[in-house]
Amino acid sequence: MDRQFLIVSTVCFLAAVVRTAFLLRAKKFHQGRFNFFAIALGFIFQTAFLAIRGHTLGRCPLTNLFEVFIFLAWAVALIYMLVGPAYRLSLMGAFTAPLVILLQGFALLAPIDTPHTAKLPANSWLEFHASMSLVAYGAFALACIAGVMYLVQERQLKTHQLRSIFYYLPPLTDLFAAITRLLWWGFALYTLGLVSGFFVGQPLPTVQVICATGVWLLYAAILQGRHLRRLAPRWVAALCIIGFSAALTLLWGITFTAQILPR
Amino acid sequence: MNLFCVGLSHHATNVETRESFAGNAETDCVLRRSGCAEALLLTTCNRVEVYAAAQMRVPTEEIARCLRRDMNNESREEISAFYRYEGGECAQHLFRVAAGLDSMVVGETEILGQAKKAYESARKSGAAGPYLHRLFQRAFRVAKQVRTHTEITRGPVSVGSVTVDLAEKIFGHLANCKVLVLGAGETSERTARALVSRGVSDLRISNRSGERAENLAQLVAARVVAFDRWPEECREIDILITSTSSTALLLARENLAPILRERIDRPLFIIDIAVPRDVDPDVNQLEGVYLYDIDSLQSIAQQSLVLRRQQMAAAEAIISRHVADFGESISSGLNRKASAVEHPVGETSLRASEL
Repeated sequence: MDRQFLIVSTVCFLAAVVRTAFLLRAKKFHQGRFNFFAIALGFIFQTAFLAIRGHTLGRCPLTNLFEVFIFLAWAVALIYMLVGPAYRLSLMGAFTAPLVILLQGFALLAPIDTPHTAKLPANSWLEFHASMSLVAYGAFALACIAGVMYLVQERQLKTHQLRSIFYYLPPLTDLFAAITRLLWWGFALYTLGLVSGFFVGQPLPTVQVICATGVWLLYAAILQGRHLRRLAPRWVAALCIIGFSAALTLLWGITFTAQILPR
Repeated sequence: MNLFCVGLSHHATNVETRESFAGNAETDCVLRRSGCAEALLLTTCNRVEVYAAAQMRVPTEEIARCLRRDMNNESREEISAFYRYEGGECAQHLFRVAAGLDSMVVGETEILGQAKKAYESARKSGAAGPYLHRLFQRAFRVAKQVRTHTEITRGPVSVGSVTVDLAEKIFGHLANCKVLVLGAGETSERTARALVSRGVSDLRISNRSGERAENLAQLVAARVVAFDRWPEECREIDILITSTSSTALLLARENLAPILRERIDRPLFIIDIAVPRDVDPDVNQLEGVYLYDIDSLQSIAQQSLVLRRQQMAAAEAIISRHVADFGESISSGLNRKASAVEHPVGETSLRASEL
């Protein structure tokens, strides 16, 4: 039953992508509320899935790779709904939805929804650490999406080749401001998640600590470069994409390793 | 009752000819005396047109005579330049005009405002009755539909509007942008005015001749910067417009690179509309610099025009549907109504949304 919520949610996100692609292709795109409502509906179904799964497990549903991916997709949609309308970044929903579809699609299709063999007792610090880190990942994901939009727009302006999408993408300075804020939000939440990990009350796996610290250092370096004006906006945007791709791979690696090698 | 349109446009006549047939305040009344039950005069810089409804055919020569400013001039040659559309063709022509398809710059929207104004004026004077009311209200609907469902108005089509659009795509709102205009010629003035119209308030002008700089500065509310000091301004400004008559390059990559290191997180938009160019094209390779010369600006304007022309088929399809529908409605409903109601449509019978 809970997986059906997830399928419906994926269809909602797919509707946003298909509609935008169709309108852009027909050169009829106009900023409407459809994307926001489609994503909001998808988010409601995601929340319903996580609520049911959490109720069944009696804890935050982050016990296997499947749940981690769904929670991450939920965090991406959550941050979009908080950020998208606030910054009025047209087309951000259209860029966000494919990422959510990718995460949820992978989670639904791959055989990764296996019960965790090592049942640990519920630990509120552990749950706080995991959920906070994933919400931070959501902010990093949105920064990555804004980074893609920035690079697309910047490339068109540099080469003087203005395609139809140029007129729908937000201005460079608005995108860069959004990237910066998302990075700060993500970094603050990630720091909170990282620090809370030390209060779990059990020894932490060395690989996880090293990887998490690596991600933290990477984003700290991007923000430092931005703050000290050592990095041009284009590089910040590119590093957001590289950073999130690396962080996502590490997240997958950590969770996958933790599942096949339970302590 | 027959609907028809007689007129002159930029397609076949020059401005002098159109001026000589521009009509005057009395034209509506003169047209009605000539046999038109309803008449409306639409005059813009690109066209002079009369839309009318009459029981009997009113000759084109008679309409031309009503429009003529100099009554002593009876040139047959000029009258042959008039076109005439009847019934469905008249509706089709007006729908195309209102949607901007017949304009010099395809898709321009000013014509719709001018048509609305002309209609409103004719309605108030009583010159426009139920036939023209139906025709024009439908034309306004068609224009709106064309604008919404096609990209006929998409994209900038002049150098000034391309500049403004690009600036907005880099900086968003232009209110906080600092602009330096190098050169005080007509092109600089036009571009500066286009930016001011979008909210730029910090405008600086630098020119070899201080007097011309002062004159332009007064016209566009800018401040003058001494010509030998303009490179220093590049540390602060967001937009640089150059259009000097210098034969040598004024800005090279080597000069700009050190300045840019101090402003790495702020883009610099350079519009080089000088011929020969003032800015080394290699400057565009620098991080955060977006350099556009006159050719690239004109090329974007051209792209927009091409895009607009590509949309014409879709717009014509919308118009054709409306022409067919309008033809049916005018031949059935309105004829019955017109026989019962002889007087023009009053304010109460007009839907507010159609005004």
